[in-house]
Amino acid sequence: MKQFTYTVTDPVGIHARPAGLLVKEIKNYTSTVMIAKDDKSVNALKLMALMGMGIKCGDTVTVSVEGANEEADAAAIEAFFKANL
Amino acid sequence: MITIQGKGVSAGIGIGPLYYYRRVTTTITRREVEDTDAEWQRFKDAQATAIEQLGVLAEKAREEAGDEAAMLFETHQMMAEDLDYEEAIEASIKEEKLNAEASVSDVAAQFAEMFASMDDAYMQARAADVRDVSSRILGILSGVVQGGIASDEPVLLASDDLAPSETIQLDKSKILGFITSGGSGSSHTAILARTMGIPAIVGVGDVFKPEYEGRTVAVDGSTGAVVIDPDEETLDHMLKLREEQLNLQKMLEELRGQPNITKDGKSVRVYCNIGSPEDVAAVLKNDGGGIGLFRSEFLYLNSKTYPTEDEQFEAYKKVLSDMDGREVVIRTCDVGADKQIDYFDLPKEENPAMGMRALRISLSRPDFFRTQLRALYRASAFGKLGIMFPMVTSVWEVREAKKMCERVKSELKEEGIPYSEQVEIGIMIETPAAVFVSDRLAKEVDFFSCGTNDLTQYTLACDRQNNDLGRFYDPHHPALLRALKIVADNAHKNGCWIGICGELGADLKLTETFLAIGIDELSVSPSAVLPLRNAIRSVDTRESADRILSELANDYQAL
Repeated sequence: MKQFTYTVTDPVGIHARPAGLLVKEIKNYTSTVMIAKDDKSVNALKLMALMGMGIKCGDTVTVSVEGANEEADAAAIEAFFKANL
Repeated sequence: MITIQGKGVSAGIGIGPLYYYRRVTTTITRREVEDTDAEWQRFKDAQATAIEQLGVLAEKAREEAGDEAAMLFETHQMMAEDLDYEEAIEASIKEEKLNAEASVSDVAAQFAEMFASMDDAYMQARAADVRDVSSRILGILSGVVQGGIASDEPVLLASDDLAPSETIQLDKSKILGFITSGGSGSSHTAILARTMGIPAIVGVGDVFKPEYEGRTVAVDGSTGAVVIDPDEETLDHMLKLREEQLNLQKMLEELRGQPNITKDGKSVRVYCNIGSPEDVAAVLKNDGGGIGLFRSEFLYLNSKTYPTEDEQFEAYKKVLSDMDGREVVIRTCDVGADKQIDYFDLPKEENPAMGMRALRISLSRPDFFRTQLRALYRASAFGKLGIMFPMVTSVWEVREAKKMCERVKSELKEEGIPYSEQVEIGIMIETPAAVFVSDRLAKEVDFFSCGTNDLTQYTLACDRQNNDLGRFYDPHHPALLRALKIVADNAHKNGCWIGICGELGADLKLTETFLAIGIDELSVSPSAVLPLRNAIRSVDTRESADRILSELANDYQAL
């Protein structure tokens, strides 16, 4: 399993539109992607659960990527976070 | 006459009969089902239809209100097929043996409740999205068709709070304005109304009575006023306001694609100031001729550590390619003063506005400067680039910066990386020192751009962060306008062009003065382009230039 932490810089946090973008992106990978904040963790394919986390600008999340292609997927997903969230 | 005060969330005047939006309410009956697999299939079919309908709406929204609005419906599509949502409905049908309608309705309520209980106003408003998606599925399950305005003439539409799908499905030619009892400025009705230019007032509360239906109502979307049965005086006033707004809007629309040219044929470039690659859409929408100031700070402010050469390159390249050959002036990093960034590790200063900032940092940290210049030159292969250095006071600073540009170019050449040889080099004129040596500076560069905010602060010794200085901080001060004249003359004598990229550029009271001084380019926020074009086209410099220049030199009257 690959893991990275990311601090959200999008001023609105991960609300509907950015969450939608994220789910859409994650669908492109074969790995299972989990996003954790504090003691809560959700599957990154679950839009409403993700929105329900209420992730705000400045919050740090831990992203774990697991699967046969986790190395490359994790790198691509991290780049996506940096560019969009 | 009854006046109700709501919150104006989309400007404009609307006058017409009031119409209540009606929903066909579906009563949900709860019943036990025997064939749970068939019932599950009924849900899956309705879900698929809903997703398909939302796709159509997304396209409609894209045409009417742009990508942002379309994304909303794409998000709704994702909600309709959300795994947790679907699983909860599946459990309700298959385990509780509850019919599909009741299952959807229950699960929708649970999810809406989750959002409504969050401590963030934006997220609370998302409860409406869940309900909207669910009522679509319910409508499909029970065969009900929603929407429509049963009126021949355009109306002011009143409702509790319109769901986004309801708003986009309505026939806009029949809507003079929206009035909702609930809702907020960040509700979708408000956002869509703004993009479509329809007046909207939200939060009027429950003082709205059904018997108002059909009566004449006038609304002002900028003040939030709703007047029922307006008296003659009020109506006249509102009609006049509406006419003024419509005329102005129509005139500005007609200016799209027109040149920025005075009555006597002098042309001025009107460019835009932007802060991130996403702003290019607004530049194109408002017909900006180029970008006169792209603040590169966003790259540094949005990062936890120094952005890499590749990250910078991608951002610059995107703007240059999106602008499709039109000029883009990118300002090198202008941090320090009021823009502090932790990882820069700048020592604390008593007076940061006069301290280590902008080009001073770049020249003191050659590696950092080199990274940005490499990214800029690499991007130069994708469009027409100008590089601009901020906070210049001396000729040697410019020479040193240019030397670094040469070094970067020869590195790229050796590495076989393409760049353009046509990159223009310019500087910001924002210190009195730069004004007084502008004759020398002009020999070093291709253009000047006057940052009037800092130039005002340094020339008048007025801290721009201090709101108490009031009339002492006067950007129309003759000292400033004379400074611009000195700089413009020195620029033109040495073959440079001169622009203004501070807030003053959009000050229409000064457009005539700028033209008299000989400013070649004005860079303003995208929404200011068309009003400025209008102002330029109404000037005749044959009538005004001599008078203004003589006033500037002699008996200058404060504007």
